[in-house]
Amino acid sequence: MAVLVLADHDNASLGDATHKTVTAATKFGGDVDVLVAGKGCGAVAEAAAKISGVRKVLVAESDALENALAEAVEALVVPLMDGYDAFFAPATTTGKNVAPRIAAKLDVMQLSDIIGVESADTFVRPIYAGNAIETVSTSDAKKIVTVRGTAFDAAEEGGSAAVETVDAAAGNGKSAFVSQEIVQSDRPELTSAKIIVSGGRALGSEEDFNKYMTPLADKLGAGIGASRAAVDAGYAPNDYQVGQTGKIVAPELYIAIGISGAIQHLAGMKDSKIIVAINKDEEAPIFQVADYGLVADLFTAVPELTDAL
Amino acid sequence: MKVLVPVKRVIDYNVKARVKPDQSGVDLANVKMSMNPFDEISVEEAVRLKEAGTATEVVVVSIGPQQCQETLRTALAMGADRGILIKTDDKVEPLAVAKLLKAVVAEESPELVILGKQAIDDDSNQTGQMLAALLDWPQGTFANEVKIDGGKANVTREIDGGLQTVALDLPAIVTTDLRLNEPRYASLPNIMKAKKKPIDMKEIGDYGVDVAPRLTTVKVTEPPVREAGEIVEDVPTLVSKLKAKGAL
Repeated sequence: MAVLVLADHDNASLGDATHKTVTAATKFGGDVDVLVAGKGCGAVAEAAAKISGVRKVLVAESDALENALAEAVEALVVPLMDGYDAFFAPATTTGKNVAPRIAAKLDVMQLSDIIGVESADTFVRPIYAGNAIETVSTSDAKKIVTVRGTAFDAAEEGGSAAVETVDAAAGNGKSAFVSQEIVQSDRPELTSAKIIVSGGRALGSEEDFNKYMTPLADKLGAGIGASRAAVDAGYAPNDYQVGQTGKIVAPELYIAIGISGAIQHLAGMKDSKIIVAINKDEEAPIFQVADYGLVADLFTAVPELTDAL
Repeated sequence: MKVLVPVKRVIDYNVKARVKPDQSGVDLANVKMSMNPFDEISVEEAVRLKEAGTATEVVVVSIGPQQCQETLRTALAMGADRGILIKTDDKVEPLAVAKLLKAVVAEESPELVILGKQAIDDDSNQTGQMLAALLDWPQGTFANEVKIDGGKANVTREIDGGLQTVALDLPAIVTTDLRLNEPRYASLPNIMKAKKKPIDMKEIGDYGVDVAPRLTTVKVTEPPVREAGEIVEDVPTLVSKLKAKGAL
């Protein structure tokens, strides 16, 4: 058996989600190859070759792959799948964008966002915002899977896989990259941060979101998240959203500030090791999942907490 | 330009799903059902395109039991022009839905299909991308903004690091994310008007598509329960507890 893993990267560096997906692929079994699709991504391929347990790294480069256009990634991967039994992609926005396209072209039903590998045809995945856990088996010959990173440990480094170049297919030419706004930040990525401070609608404005959340995050070296309500209200950018349809996180410490705790938000953070909730409404559902709850006005409690650290 | 919007009837956004004691699935008996929230955003976007004079007709389609008519009526009350119900009491997987929608596209010839990025029941996030692949159309998933201009759809997408804009040749597939728009509430007069709008009743057999399931549910279980912890007095207590746990 052999598995092809799609690398998570930005052409400059390899994302941690790759290592976690390799772990899931190793549980599936067989040889594990990593595909780096991009442009000018030699350093990424070198980094992927160092992941322990990887047989070889395939590199494909083109203009369309530079921005991971789904049509181009599909055209690259579908012919490669002749040599593989499974395709594992991280459940990042890129993985979610391309994997179903590949599945449909191969006439395979995809398994999304898996949190467990039971056997070569049976997987575990959350449904209904994580309020139910489904064990599901597939009758398709090839398995197309996206992997929830928080459910798997990162594969270690120490390998020395061979790096091979493969031709980038042209894609259907019906889509083109226009522009990208990526926020440059020194903060840890939400999906790999050890500590996350997350703000809700109670912050009241973008100005106060930054004024109260940033110093606390700086003190803790934390990533900053937000509830859907805070993002919808424009207090925080979309890539901050933690929840069922946003980012799924599981840090060592999650501090929810002014977040009531709708089921959709809990779906994105309830696997955190320790949860702290600060909210002035003692009835807020967030307190039902918090290890430590503080019923207080965030505008006094947060600066006090920041000073105490 | 004709716009096609598939809509799914799912458990209401505010209802917490309960697992059946026999682990066969989630209990949906007597549970409030509604239109999938992302599909409401899709309908809203299509109706806005019509109001702006870009779209000429908005067709909504649903696949599922008879009650999906209510879901279609909701979309019609929001401003869609007509509906198609492909009736089935069986569970239809995203790949099969995509195949049925491909057949609907062949009949209707829309230039744009707008789908929700994900249904909040199975949380698959697949159908739009699969339909795009089957049609060999370009796709703009997780849309935050859609602009139609000169035979192209410019779609700004919510991605992990921020936003990405792609230009798609029409016909194209768009899947919607939360910030694309805020869906309207249907007014009473529009709800009344929607009752007179046509809904075409179809069966899966009408489309000659293989919808046999590929997946088998082995079991559905409750997630591990997280116990509520303790309420702390004040900030210094919180800090000392976290330090004692080694969390700080």
